[in-house]
Amino acid sequence: MSAASHSAGARPAAALAAAIEGVGYWSRGLPDWNAARAYALGGEAAPDAPARPSPQLLPANERRRAPETVAVALDVAAAACAAAGRDPAALSSVFASSHGDMAITDYMCATLAADPRAISPTRFHNSVHNAAAGYWTIGVGAMRPATALSALEASFAQGLIDALAQLAAGEAAVLLAGYDGAGYGPLGAAAPSEGLLGAALVLSRAPRAGAPRLHAWLGDPPAAPAAPGRLLQRDAGNASAPMLPLFDALATGAVPRIALPAGSGRGLWLELDHD
Amino acid sequence: MPPLAIRAYTATTALGRGLDAQARALRERRGGLRRNDFPTTAPQQAPLDCWIGRVDGLEDAPLPAHLAVWECRNNRLAWLSLQHDGVVEAAAALAARYGAERVAVIVGTSTASIGATEEAYAGLRGDPPRFPPSLSRAHLHTPHSPGAFVAAATGLRGPCVTVATACSSSAKVFAQAARLIGAGLADAALVGGVDTLCGSVLFGFNSLQLVSPDPCLPFDAHRTGLSLGEAGGFAVLERCGADEAGLQLRGYGESSDAHHMSTPHPQGLGARLAMADALARAGVEPAEIGYLNLHGTATPANDQVEALAVASLFPPQLHASSTKGWTGHTLGAAGIVESAFALLALESGELPGTLNSREPDPGNGPQIRFDNARAPIRYAMNNSFGFGGNNCSLVFARA
Repeated sequence: MSAASHSAGARPAAALAAAIEGVGYWSRGLPDWNAARAYALGGEAAPDAPARPSPQLLPANERRRAPETVAVALDVAAAACAAAGRDPAALSSVFASSHGDMAITDYMCATLAADPRAISPTRFHNSVHNAAAGYWTIGVGAMRPATALSALEASFAQGLIDALAQLAAGEAAVLLAGYDGAGYGPLGAAAPSEGLLGAALVLSRAPRAGAPRLHAWLGDPPAAPAAPGRLLQRDAGNASAPMLPLFDALATGAVPRIALPAGSGRGLWLELDHD
Repeated sequence: MPPLAIRAYTATTALGRGLDAQARALRERRGGLRRNDFPTTAPQQAPLDCWIGRVDGLEDAPLPAHLAVWECRNNRLAWLSLQHDGVVEAAAALAARYGAERVAVIVGTSTASIGATEEAYAGLRGDPPRFPPSLSRAHLHTPHSPGAFVAAATGLRGPCVTVATACSSSAKVFAQAARLIGAGLADAALVGGVDTLCGSVLFGFNSLQLVSPDPCLPFDAHRTGLSLGEAGGFAVLERCGADEAGLQLRGYGESSDAHHMSTPHPQGLGARLAMADALARAGVEPAEIGYLNLHGTATPANDQVEALAVASLFPPQLHASSTKGWTGHTLGAAGIVESAFALLALESGELPGTLNSREPDPGNGPQIRFDNARAPIRYAMNNSFGFGGNNCSLVFARA
């Protein structure tokens, strides 16, 4: 068996590594990473936080009209880049979402069943899964590669795998954003998701002082689920919630090893070295 | 990058099932477009007046019983295309050799199985309205439906992901597989793409006024827009030595236009970056490329900027063409289908031209050819440029 199938015991030599230079976070009541970190450590959510993120990189009219999922993805991506002190235009990016924007899918399918020739061109171009990636590259002027992907509950883990593989292939730093919105209409009943949640990382190949170092490898899933942290407990109903154990661990610094669901019955094992 | 061997590949389009059908139709300049006969989900609404590249017989090709929970048009097309040209067998051999968890599954799509979601909305019942029981299967109503289906259908257990960057999707799967294998996360990969006709695509592109009422005319002075098609295709990739003979992936290049969601950068800057990056990663000079399959959708803007970018990078001797007059624009499947066409050109020396087009746009460089040609070539390239300004170019070799 290859080194990658180990999960218990010592970290395999073939583990991939990256420094986490910056973190972005948004959930209703936790409008940034500081708020999320404080909450994870036992604090309270902010009752007066805005109900929707307001990504400043979009022009005002587009900011209002952007789908919620695009708004949250752009907000956390920009925050992670700012925290890392990296120019967003210089980074390649990976956007991971289980469902994209279900409110738009609901609109498209309902309109098609009633009056297909009435489809709105704006809603159509917001319906593509790479809408967030597209608005991001346009908004920050990034001509670097951008990827949009989905792997259901493994979406963030698969995005992280691609980001780490990009670092291994020579990129200096990569932006990774995970996000999902609420289910909507009859589609939401078939594919449930609650709330609005986004989180982003700027990952770099070279170690950086003060930046936690992430080690990752694929293996069998854990025998029993770990006790959920406070961020996961709060947003467990969101389709992107499977990424939250990593953010709970980043916030508390308490958990030495976690596993995110990686699909096909596998786990993406992660270890964090905090300085 | 280290070269990757292409152990098997296949495509199924409006031209037929498998590589022989593709090669024959390309050689004989026999296209697969027909008047749009794809039904709408709205009662009493006529189909759009346009031409489509529809795969025959999907309606009568249900999935085998053990995969019946995945039943929908998109997964049927994925299954049908997997059955040709030794792809499943090659993937199974690699799984036997390395372990199923060491073979990745990376599938590109633009709409996944949203056609099934559209059907579910046409059949809503109850209060509050709910999907009909036959379509209440959550795994169909998500963008990951094709990737998860292919993993279930093949038993492969490596990293499995669905890439959804619109029309660059199933070109980017090659880049992603190359990185995964390079990083040691997998030893081999089954990559591919599948996209089926559905209301979202037909009426969506129609709302942008990009659909032609006639069969599309890529790079023609009188082109009026695209013809939409459906297709599926796959390739099996494995690490190989630099001195190994056979078909190989040599390079990939990706970029973003950073310009507009639905129109390309006016000078083709993103397209140029992707092509130059692919050539650099392959270590191949522009003059060495023998065939370039263009994105060439036949919309006025796309073809103009792609012609500009190609003329700025390649010598006049390059044979470049768009094959969308044969198949229609197969969206998220375009990358794999046109990679298959580039690989066929490498194997056979038959270089497709551009079907239906007659009068070259004055902006076309000498690289853009309408007639088929014959020439032995060592390197071929494929361009796939997506909505949202998401670009990918691939370099293939016959070693």
